[in-house]
Amino acid sequence: MDTDIKKIMHVMRRAPHGSIYTYEGLEMILIMAAYEQDLSLVFIGDGIYALKKNQDTAGIGIKGFSRTFMALDGYDVEKLYVDRQSLEERGLTEDDLVVDVEVMEASEIGQLMTEQDVIIHH
Amino acid sequence: MLHTINKSPFENSTLTTAVRFLQPGDPILFIEDGVYAVQEGNRFGALIQSVLKKNNPVYALKPDLDARGISAVAEGVTTVDYAGFVDLVEEHQVNSWL
Amino acid sequence: MNIGILLKEGPYNHQASDTAYKFAEAAIAKGHKVDAVFLYNDGVNNATRLGDPPQDDRNVAARWSELAQNNGFKVLACIAASKRRGINDDVLIDGGEITGLGTLTDIAIRNDRLLTFGD
Repeated sequence: MDTDIKKIMHVMRRAPHGSIYTYEGLEMILIMAAYEQDLSLVFIGDGIYALKKNQDTAGIGIKGFSRTFMALDGYDVEKLYVDRQSLEERGLTEDDLVVDVEVMEASEIGQLMTEQDVIIHH
Repeated sequence: MLHTINKSPFENSTLTTAVRFLQPGDPILFIEDGVYAVQEGNRFGALIQSVLKKNNPVYALKPDLDARGISAVAEGVTTVDYAGFVDLVEEHQVNSWL
Repeated sequence: MNIGILLKEGPYNHQASDTAYKFAEAAIAKGHKVDAVFLYNDGVNNATRLGDPPQDDRNVAARWSELAQNNGFKVLACIAASKRRGINDDVLIDGGEITGLGTLTDIAIRNDRLLTFGD
Protein backbone atom coordinates (compact mmCIF):
# COMPACT_ATOMS: atom_id res chain seq x y z
CA MET A 1 0.00 0.00 0.00
CA ASP A 2 1.23 3.48 -0.75
CA THR A 3 1.43 6.20 1.84
CA ASP A 4 -1.08 8.50 0.15
CA ILE A 5 -3.98 9.92 2.11
CA LYS A 6 -6.51 7.21 2.97
CA LYS A 7 -10.23 7.53 2.51
CA ILE A 8 -11.84 6.59 5.82
CA MET A 9 -15.63 6.55 6.18
CA HIS A 10 -17.43 6.43 9.52
CA VAL A 11 -20.98 5.15 9.32
CA MET A 12 -23.27 6.19 12.17
CA ARG A 13 -26.11 3.69 12.44
CA ARG A 14 -27.35 3.83 16.04
CA ALA A 15 -29.50 6.15 18.08
CA PRO A 16 -27.37 8.28 20.41
CA HIS A 17 -28.10 7.45 24.06
CA GLY A 18 -29.49 3.91 24.20
CA SER A 19 -25.96 2.63 23.63
CA ILE A 20 -22.49 4.17 23.69
CA TYR A 21 -21.56 3.39 20.08
CA THR A 22 -22.27 6.83 18.62
CA TYR A 23 -20.54 8.69 21.45
CA GLU A 24 -17.38 6.58 21.37
CA GLY A 25 -17.55 6.66 17.57
CA LEU A 26 -17.44 10.43 17.73
CA GLU A 27 -14.42 10.29 20.03
CA MET A 28 -12.69 8.10 17.44
CA ILE A 29 -13.56 10.51 14.65
CA LEU A 30 -12.18 13.50 16.56
CA ILE A 31 -8.80 11.77 17.01
CA MET A 32 -8.67 10.57 13.40
CA ALA A 33 -9.46 14.10 12.23
CA ALA A 34 -6.05 15.20 13.53
CA TYR A 35 -4.30 12.82 11.12
CA GLU A 36 -5.26 14.68 7.95
CA GLN A 37 -6.83 11.72 6.20
CA ASP A 38 -9.83 11.98 3.86
CA LEU A 39 -12.59 11.48 6.45
CA SER A 40 -16.30 11.30 5.81
CA LEU A 41 -19.30 10.63 8.06
CA VAL A 42 -22.45 8.95 6.86
CA PHE A 43 -25.68 8.83 8.85
CA ILE A 44 -27.92 5.87 8.06
CA GLY A 45 -30.99 4.59 9.93
CA ASP A 46 -31.17 5.53 13.60
CA GLY A 47 -27.72 7.13 13.27
CA ILE A 48 -29.54 10.24 12.08
CA TYR A 49 -31.06 10.73 15.54
CA ALA A 50 -27.58 11.67 16.81
CA LEU A 51 -27.96 14.93 14.86
CA LYS A 52 -31.46 15.78 16.12
CA LYS A 53 -31.85 19.30 17.49
CA ASN A 54 -33.06 20.01 21.04
CA GLN A 55 -31.63 16.95 22.76
CA ASP A 56 -31.59 17.40 26.54
CA THR A 57 -29.92 14.52 28.36
CA ALA A 58 -29.92 16.12 31.83
CA GLY A 59 -32.79 13.92 32.98
CA ILE A 60 -31.14 10.62 32.04
CA GLY A 61 -27.79 11.48 33.61
CA ILE A 62 -25.79 10.88 30.46
CA LYS A 63 -23.52 13.50 28.93
CA GLY A 64 -25.00 14.92 25.74
CA PHE A 65 -22.82 15.24 22.68
CA SER A 66 -24.96 16.40 19.75
CA ARG A 67 -23.21 19.78 19.91
CA THR A 68 -19.85 18.05 19.40
CA PHE A 69 -20.90 17.32 15.85
CA MET A 70 -20.97 21.09 15.35
CA ALA A 71 -17.26 21.19 16.25
CA LEU A 72 -16.28 18.81 13.44
CA ASP A 73 -16.15 21.71 11.01
CA GLY A 74 -13.28 23.14 13.06
CA TYR A 75 -11.37 19.89 12.52
CA ASP A 76 -11.88 20.19 8.76
CA VAL A 77 -14.33 17.29 8.77
CA GLU A 78 -16.82 18.65 6.28
CA LYS A 79 -18.13 15.57 4.52
CA LEU A 80 -21.32 14.76 6.39
CA TYR A 81 -23.79 12.70 4.38
CA VAL A 82 -27.31 11.64 5.31
CA ASP A 83 -29.28 8.85 3.65
CA ARG A 84 -32.45 10.44 2.26
CA GLN A 85 -34.72 7.46 2.87
CA SER A 86 -33.62 7.13 6.52
CA LEU A 87 -34.32 10.83 7.07
CA GLU A 88 -37.74 10.76 5.43
CA GLU A 89 -38.82 7.53 7.13
CA ARG A 90 -38.25 9.24 10.46
CA GLY A 91 -40.36 12.24 9.53
CA LEU A 92 -37.33 14.52 9.72
CA THR A 93 -35.88 17.15 7.42
CA GLU A 94 -32.49 18.88 7.28
CA ASP A 95 -33.97 21.65 9.45
CA ASP A 96 -34.27 19.18 12.33
CA LEU A 97 -30.51 18.56 12.38
CA VAL A 98 -27.82 20.43 14.36
CA VAL A 99 -25.33 20.58 11.48
CA ASP A 100 -25.33 21.17 7.74
CA VAL A 101 -25.35 17.87 5.91
CA GLU A 102 -25.63 16.70 2.36
CA VAL A 103 -28.72 14.54 1.88
CA MET A 104 -27.97 11.82 -0.65
CA GLU A 105 -29.56 8.81 -2.28
CA ALA A 106 -28.42 5.37 -1.11
CA SER A 107 -26.99 4.66 -4.57
CA GLU A 108 -24.75 7.74 -4.33
CA ILE A 109 -23.59 6.83 -0.82
CA GLY A 110 -23.04 3.25 -2.01
CA GLN A 111 -20.81 4.58 -4.78
CA LEU A 112 -18.79 6.59 -2.21
CA MET A 113 -18.45 3.43 -0.12
CA THR A 114 -16.76 1.61 -2.99
CA GLU A 115 -14.12 4.37 -3.12
CA GLN A 116 -13.09 3.97 0.54
CA ASP A 117 -9.97 2.34 1.92
CA VAL A 118 -11.57 1.84 5.33
CA ILE A 119 -15.20 1.85 6.51
CA ILE A 120 -16.05 1.74 10.21
CA HIS A 121 -19.63 1.34 11.44
CA HIS A 122 -20.49 2.70 14.86
CA MET B 1 -16.54 -3.89 -1.82
CA LEU B 2 -17.38 -6.93 0.33
CA HIS B 3 -20.38 -6.35 2.61
CA THR B 4 -20.59 -8.54 5.72
CA ILE B 5 -23.86 -8.86 7.62
CA ASN B 6 -24.03 -10.43 11.07
CA LYS B 7 -27.65 -9.82 12.14
CA SER B 8 -30.70 -12.04 11.77
CA PRO B 9 -32.99 -10.34 9.23
CA PHE B 10 -35.99 -11.38 11.31
CA GLU B 11 -35.25 -8.98 14.15
CA ASN B 12 -32.96 -6.39 12.58
CA SER B 13 -33.15 -4.28 9.42
CA THR B 14 -29.42 -4.41 8.61
CA LEU B 15 -29.90 -6.68 5.60
CA THR B 16 -32.71 -4.65 4.05
CA THR B 17 -30.74 -1.46 4.72
CA ALA B 18 -27.44 -2.77 3.34
CA VAL B 19 -28.93 -3.96 0.04
CA ARG B 20 -30.03 -0.39 -0.75
CA PHE B 21 -26.35 0.61 -0.79
CA LEU B 22 -25.01 -2.33 -2.81
CA GLN B 23 -23.17 -1.49 -6.00
CA PRO B 24 -23.14 -3.80 -9.03
CA GLY B 25 -20.86 -6.78 -8.41
CA ASP B 26 -20.45 -6.16 -4.67
CA PRO B 27 -20.52 -9.52 -2.84
CA ILE B 28 -22.40 -10.06 0.45
CA LEU B 29 -21.09 -12.44 3.09
CA PHE B 30 -23.44 -13.52 5.87
CA ILE B 31 -21.77 -14.37 9.17
CA GLU B 32 -22.89 -15.05 12.77
CA ASP B 33 -26.70 -14.59 13.13
CA GLY B 34 -26.71 -13.07 9.64
CA VAL B 35 -26.71 -16.59 8.15
CA TYR B 36 -30.38 -17.04 9.06
CA ALA B 37 -31.08 -14.88 5.98
CA VAL B 38 -30.12 -17.70 3.61
CA GLN B 39 -31.95 -20.65 5.12
CA GLU B 40 -33.90 -22.27 2.28
CA GLY B 41 -37.63 -21.58 2.27
CA ASN B 42 -37.67 -18.57 4.60
CA ARG B 43 -39.35 -15.28 3.73
CA PHE B 44 -36.09 -13.64 2.63
CA GLY B 45 -35.70 -16.02 -0.31
CA ALA B 46 -37.08 -13.51 -2.82
CA LEU B 47 -34.74 -10.78 -1.54
CA ILE B 48 -31.73 -13.09 -1.81
CA GLN B 49 -32.71 -14.06 -5.37
CA SER B 50 -33.13 -10.40 -6.39
CA VAL B 51 -29.65 -9.63 -5.02
CA LEU B 52 -28.19 -12.57 -6.97
CA LYS B 53 -30.00 -11.46 -10.15
CA LYS B 54 -28.29 -8.06 -9.92
CA ASN B 55 -24.96 -9.87 -10.12
CA ASN B 56 -24.17 -9.51 -6.44
CA PRO B 57 -22.66 -12.82 -5.30
CA VAL B 58 -24.00 -14.12 -1.99
CA TYR B 59 -21.84 -16.08 0.45
CA ALA B 60 -22.53 -17.55 3.88
CA LEU B 61 -19.99 -18.68 6.46
CA LYS B 62 -20.38 -22.45 6.75
CA PRO B 63 -19.22 -22.84 10.37
CA ASP B 64 -21.97 -20.36 11.34
CA LEU B 65 -24.56 -22.26 9.27
CA ASP B 66 -23.46 -25.56 10.85
CA ALA B 67 -23.56 -24.09 14.35
CA ARG B 68 -27.18 -23.08 13.76
CA GLY B 69 -28.35 -26.33 12.20
CA ILE B 70 -28.85 -24.83 8.74
CA SER B 71 -28.06 -27.49 6.15
CA ALA B 72 -30.11 -26.24 3.20
CA VAL B 73 -29.36 -22.76 1.87
CA ALA B 74 -31.18 -20.73 -0.77
CA GLU B 75 -30.28 -21.51 -4.38
CA GLY B 76 -27.25 -19.63 -5.67
CA VAL B 77 -25.72 -19.02 -2.24
CA THR B 78 -22.09 -20.15 -1.90
CA THR B 79 -20.79 -21.38 1.42
CA VAL B 80 -17.24 -20.58 2.55
CA ASP B 81 -15.11 -21.44 5.56
CA TYR B 82 -12.90 -18.94 7.42
CA ALA B 83 -10.17 -19.43 4.79
CA GLY B 84 -12.74 -18.52 2.13
CA PHE B 85 -13.65 -15.44 4.18
CA VAL B 86 -9.97 -14.45 4.11
CA ASP B 87 -9.87 -14.92 0.31
CA LEU B 88 -12.89 -12.63 -0.13
CA VAL B 89 -11.18 -10.01 2.04
CA GLU B 90 -8.06 -10.30 -0.11
CA GLU B 91 -10.14 -9.64 -3.24
CA HIS B 92 -12.20 -6.76 -1.85
CA GLN B 93 -12.16 -3.86 0.56
CA VAL B 94 -14.58 -4.59 3.39
CA ASN B 95 -17.73 -2.92 4.68
CA SER B 96 -18.81 -4.67 7.91
CA TRP B 97 -22.44 -3.70 8.56
CA LEU B 98 -22.59 -4.02 12.33
CA MET C 1 -1.83 -8.81 2.70
CA ASN C 2 -1.41 -6.86 5.92
CA ILE C 3 -4.48 -6.79 8.12
CA GLY C 4 -5.58 -4.68 11.06
CA ILE C 5 -8.53 -5.85 13.14
CA LEU C 6 -10.89 -3.55 15.05
CA LEU C 7 -12.87 -5.47 17.67
CA LYS C 8 -15.77 -3.55 19.19
CA GLU C 9 -17.46 -6.12 21.40
CA GLY C 10 -16.43 -7.94 24.56
CA PRO C 11 -15.99 -11.70 24.90
CA TYR C 12 -18.89 -14.18 25.44
CA ASN C 13 -21.78 -11.70 25.26
CA HIS C 14 -21.45 -11.63 21.47
CA GLN C 15 -19.79 -13.85 18.88
CA ALA C 16 -17.75 -10.96 17.44
CA SER C 17 -14.54 -11.80 19.31
CA ASP C 18 -14.80 -15.47 18.31
CA THR C 19 -15.31 -14.59 14.64
CA ALA C 20 -12.43 -12.12 14.70
CA TYR C 21 -10.21 -14.79 16.27
CA LYS C 22 -11.16 -17.45 13.74
CA PHE C 23 -10.61 -14.97 10.92
CA ALA C 24 -7.19 -13.95 12.26
CA GLU C 25 -6.17 -17.59 12.68
CA ALA C 26 -7.23 -18.42 9.10
CA ALA C 27 -5.49 -15.33 7.69
CA ILE C 28 -2.23 -16.23 9.44
CA ALA C 29 -2.53 -19.84 8.23
CA LYS C 30 -2.76 -18.54 4.66
CA GLY C 31 0.43 -16.51 5.09
CA HIS C 32 -1.11 -13.08 5.65
CA LYS C 33 0.14 -10.75 8.35
CA VAL C 34 -2.07 -9.65 11.23
CA ASP C 35 -0.54 -6.30 12.17
CA ALA C 36 -2.59 -5.60 15.30
CA VAL C 37 -5.92 -6.18 17.00
CA PHE C 38 -7.36 -2.93 18.33
CA LEU C 39 -10.03 -3.18 21.03
CA TYR C 40 -12.73 -0.50 21.25
CA ASN C 41 -16.07 -0.02 23.02
CA ASP C 42 -16.70 -3.07 25.25
CA GLY C 43 -14.09 -4.83 23.12
CA VAL C 44 -11.48 -3.72 25.67
CA ASN C 45 -12.86 -6.46 27.93
CA ASN C 46 -11.04 -8.95 25.70
CA ALA C 47 -7.78 -7.67 27.19
CA THR C 48 -8.28 -8.67 30.82
CA ARG C 49 -6.67 -11.87 32.06
CA LEU C 50 -9.01 -11.98 35.06
CA GLY C 51 -11.72 -13.87 33.20
CA ASP C 52 -12.06 -17.45 34.39
CA PRO C 53 -14.53 -19.35 32.21
CA PRO C 54 -15.50 -22.97 32.95
CA GLN C 55 -12.89 -25.50 31.81
CA ASP C 56 -15.07 -26.89 29.03
CA ASP C 57 -15.44 -23.43 27.45
CA ARG C 58 -12.88 -21.46 25.43
CA ASN C 59 -10.90 -18.77 27.23
CA VAL C 60 -11.26 -15.89 24.79
CA ALA C 61 -8.66 -13.58 26.34
CA ALA C 62 -6.07 -16.35 26.79
CA ARG C 63 -6.60 -17.44 23.20
CA TRP C 64 -5.98 -13.92 21.89
CA SER C 65 -2.91 -13.64 24.12
CA GLU C 66 -1.43 -16.83 22.69
CA LEU C 67 -2.20 -16.00 19.05
CA ALA C 68 -0.71 -12.53 19.45
CA GLN C 69 2.49 -13.71 21.09
CA ASN C 70 2.99 -16.58 18.64
CA ASN C 71 2.54 -14.32 15.63
CA GLY C 72 4.23 -11.10 16.65
CA PHE C 73 1.28 -8.75 16.98
CA LYS C 74 -0.20 -6.83 19.91
CA VAL C 75 -3.72 -6.79 21.31
CA LEU C 76 -4.22 -3.05 21.79
CA ALA C 77 -6.88 -1.69 24.12
CA CYS C 78 -8.01 1.89 23.59
CA ILE C 79 -7.03 3.89 26.67
CA ALA C 80 -10.19 6.01 26.85
CA ALA C 81 -12.48 2.99 26.44
CA SER C 82 -10.36 1.03 28.94
CA LYS C 83 -10.44 3.70 31.63
CA ARG C 84 -14.22 3.81 31.42
CA ARG C 85 -14.39 0.07 31.97
CA GLY C 86 -11.68 -0.51 34.56
CA ILE C 87 -9.16 -2.13 32.25
CA ASN C 88 -5.58 -1.17 33.16
CA ASP C 89 -2.00 -2.48 33.01
CA ASP C 90 -2.54 -4.54 36.18
CA VAL C 91 -5.10 -6.84 34.55
CA LEU C 92 -3.74 -6.94 31.00
CA ILE C 93 -3.10 -10.22 29.16
CA ASP C 94 0.44 -10.97 27.95
CA GLY C 95 0.71 -9.51 24.48
CA GLY C 96 -1.76 -6.81 25.42
CA GLU C 97 -1.07 -3.10 25.60
CA ILE C 98 -3.05 0.03 26.35
CA THR C 99 -2.74 2.73 23.74
CA GLY C 100 -4.54 5.66 22.14
CA LEU C 101 -6.85 6.08 19.17
CA GLY C 102 -3.95 7.59 17.24
CA THR C 103 -2.52 4.07 17.10
CA LEU C 104 -5.76 2.85 15.50
CA THR C 105 -5.43 5.60 12.92
CA ASP C 106 -1.86 4.47 12.14
CA ILE C 107 -3.14 0.89 11.82
CA ALA C 108 -5.85 2.06 9.40
CA ILE C 109 -3.28 3.96 7.35
CA ARG C 110 -0.50 1.37 7.13
CA ASN C 111 -2.46 -1.82 6.40
CA ASP C 112 -4.13 -3.16 3.28
CA ARG C 113 -7.29 -3.84 5.24
CA LEU C 114 -8.90 -2.77 8.50
CA LEU C 115 -11.65 -5.23 9.38
CA THR C 116 -14.28 -4.42 11.96
CA PHE C 117 -15.98 -7.04 14.13
CA GLY C 118 -18.70 -6.14 16.59
CA ASP C 119 -22.39 -6.20 17.42
